[in-house]
Amino acid sequence: MQALEGSQAIARTVALCRPQVVAAYPITPQTHIVEGIASLVAEGQLDCEMVSVESEHSAASVALGAAVAGARAYTASASQGILLMSEVLYTIAGMRVPLVMTCANRAVSAPLNIWNDHQDSMAMRDAGWIQLYCASNQEAIDTTVQAFYLAERCELPVMVCVDGFTLTHTLEPLALPTQAQVDAFLPPYQFAHALNPMNPWSLGTLVGPEHFTEARLAHHQALLDAQAQIIAADQAWAAVSGRHCGGLLEVRGRRDARIGILTLGAVLGTLEDALLAAAPEDQVRLLKLRSYRPFPAQALAQACADLDTLVVLERALSPGAGGIIGPEVQGALADLPTPPRVLNVAAGLGGRDMPLTLYERLLQWARQPGHPPFCLLDAADC
Amino acid sequence: MQATMHTLATLRQQQPRFRGLEAGHRACQGCGEALAARLVTEAAGPDVMIANATGCLEVFTTPYPHSAWRLPWVHAVFGNAAAVAAGIEAALKQQQRATKVLAFAGDGGTFDIGFQALSGMMERGHDVLFVCYDNEAYMNTGVQRSGSTPHAAMTTTSPSGKARMGKRHMKKDILSIISAHHIPYAATASVAYPSDLRKKVRRGLLTEGPSFLQVHVPCPLGWGHSGALTVEIARLAVQSGLFPLLEMERGEVVGTMPIRTPRPVADYLRLQGRFGHLFGEDHRARKELEHLQALANRNIERFALRGSTPERYDTEGADTVHRGGDRWA
Ligand SMILES: Cc1ncc(C[n+]2csc(CCOP(=O)(O)OP(=O)(O)O)c2C)c(N)n1
Ligand code: SF4
Ligand SMILES: [Mg+2]
Repeated sequence: MQALEGSQAIARTVALCRPQVVAAYPITPQTHIVEGIASLVAEGQLDCEMVSVESEHSAASVALGAAVAGARAYTASASQGILLMSEVLYTIAGMRVPLVMTCANRAVSAPLNIWNDHQDSMAMRDAGWIQLYCASNQEAIDTTVQAFYLAERCELPVMVCVDGFTLTHTLEPLALPTQAQVDAFLPPYQFAHALNPMNPWSLGTLVGPEHFTEARLAHHQALLDAQAQIIAADQAWAAVSGRHCGGLLEVRGRRDARIGILTLGAVLGTLEDALLAAAPEDQVRLLKLRSYRPFPAQALAQACADLDTLVVLERALSPGAGGIIGPEVQGALADLPTPPRVLNVAAGLGGRDMPLTLYERLLQWARQPGHPPFCLLDAADC
Repeated sequence: MQATMHTLATLRQQQPRFRGLEAGHRACQGCGEALAARLVTEAAGPDVMIANATGCLEVFTTPYPHSAWRLPWVHAVFGNAAAVAAGIEAALKQQQRATKVLAFAGDGGTFDIGFQALSGMMERGHDVLFVCYDNEAYMNTGVQRSGSTPHAAMTTTSPSGKARMGKRHMKKDILSIISAHHIPYAATASVAYPSDLRKKVRRGLLTEGPSFLQVHVPCPLGWGHSGALTVEIARLAVQSGLFPLLEMERGEVVGTMPIRTPRPVADYLRLQGRFGHLFGEDHRARKELEHLQALANRNIERFALRGSTPERYDTEGADTVHRGGDRWA
């Protein structure tokens, strides 16, 4: 264990994964990660091409180019940067290019706001990336290593979502893996579809209506199949490091409770602290959604089968509709014999504090019949 | 079918030299871009990787499941060819491989949407040869104006009419902008002068660090001329002084192709539908013609293009084959 800032820990973990090319453009709250990597390169502790590009569009493009040339590639961004990258992110995934990106989750403008919520990665929900959310900095470390493993096994890009500031800028005692552990877990990689002058082929071609649906289906299937790989990667890493991150979805708290709270990211820690202090009859089942894409519909249905009420707490908003994850969860539970009532709460937008008392409020609403199915916390209606 | 495949294979083996871009792609007849890409890849040889921007060249060469490329080739999006190439180069450098990296883009993917990525790639000094196939408009989407479309040219978004004489703005002087990055090598070339073009490709690839080549490529569909006239029109652009052939090193002009006998710009413009409105009775048409002639004159003066004596390497001598097999330039 050593005291490390989240970003420093992520930077050092990325270095342990031996990327050959790192491309990035600075944006708060991702900056400390790339600064950390740059200084490891400058100190000669990491042998990689660090490409400090002129925009996020190019950061993603450089990473794409490096990966199709056969390199292990990494980038990191947040917020406006993720949105500026968006057409490239879709392309990376559609071309099934294995690479890893950290998203230091931050709100999206306007209004301009540099603080934490999940609007940025949620906006890329349908880009075709694996999206894993981290509840702690230790998980950020372990998920980063697993992300390279997954990207390379599944030939899919992986976005590791880490709450900006709450995790990236927090100093805490953390266990970094050893180089030997990471090397054992991540052997040198050869991308099967890398460009090769000895055997030339064309990547990213024009695909017409007669093949497009098949390409999309193959991509969809690859993400569905990645569910088993995500579980396997977590177990394999646990065998190496002694730590796991909860596979697709982790159930914590009181297993036999009839009220559940599902959330993702660092707010889980707050809820867990509150749960520990709560009276036994006020303890709920906590569900940590780690893998948002692929969406673990089956695992969710299993974990929620005997609940009366499930509160879905999320940190993004679909204006004009409400929650983003809430309706998806509701859909996943709809086929249960007695599906729980789902209450959807969006909270912590743009860095709004989510204090320990949040737990009580959620519990209160869960017990209150007739509470509206969606509400924006701290806003007029709740 | 079997026989055809066999014949094709035999024919390929008998090809006198390496071809990076095969026949069978779907460009229009007489497409200058297709011809230029064939010449560029032929000169570059097989040990390269190509990052191609969205545009005609990408679309007509790779309709899945077919590809006309005999080279490792990747397309991602419209505006990022330079950045993808930079990523490939970074990877190859890290792997200590000597394979050369090319980026291909149209004028849209160079002057406009791809410009930022191109500027960044050059500033960072990646060892990439960026080739701009300049057909002076967005052809792939149906001939819309770009930053490269010449003044007064008609496109679907710069039409001529009662109130307009085609594009109101000037063609961006991309070579000066590029050379302001002080990269080791930047040049213009034309499909009308293949040996000159090949030589510049080889120079670009031999240069360590970023190099840039702007190739003038007529587009029969977008310019409104017969596919049979592609080379002649490209040659007239050079001979009139409208598209001077230059070489620059670190911001300085180090080579030009002298013009033996400058041709009037009207000879070049008259052959193309996109300038058709300049040949009416309209007094504005006369003004525009005068303006375009003045632009050509200025190029001739600025780069001292007028050759005094016939030379092997001038606009008449280059790429002509002489009796006795003496091939000039
Ligand atoms: C972000 C984005 N905007 C617009 C387009 C549509 N588009 C595709 S190719 C193209 C024009 C290409 O023009 P140019 O680069 O000059 O190549 P050309 O087809 O003329 O060879 C446009 C506008 C796109 N693919 N991506
Ligand atoms: S439209 Fe022009 S550039 Fe495109 S294929 Fe046809 S001739 Fe070539
Ligand atoms: Mg064009």
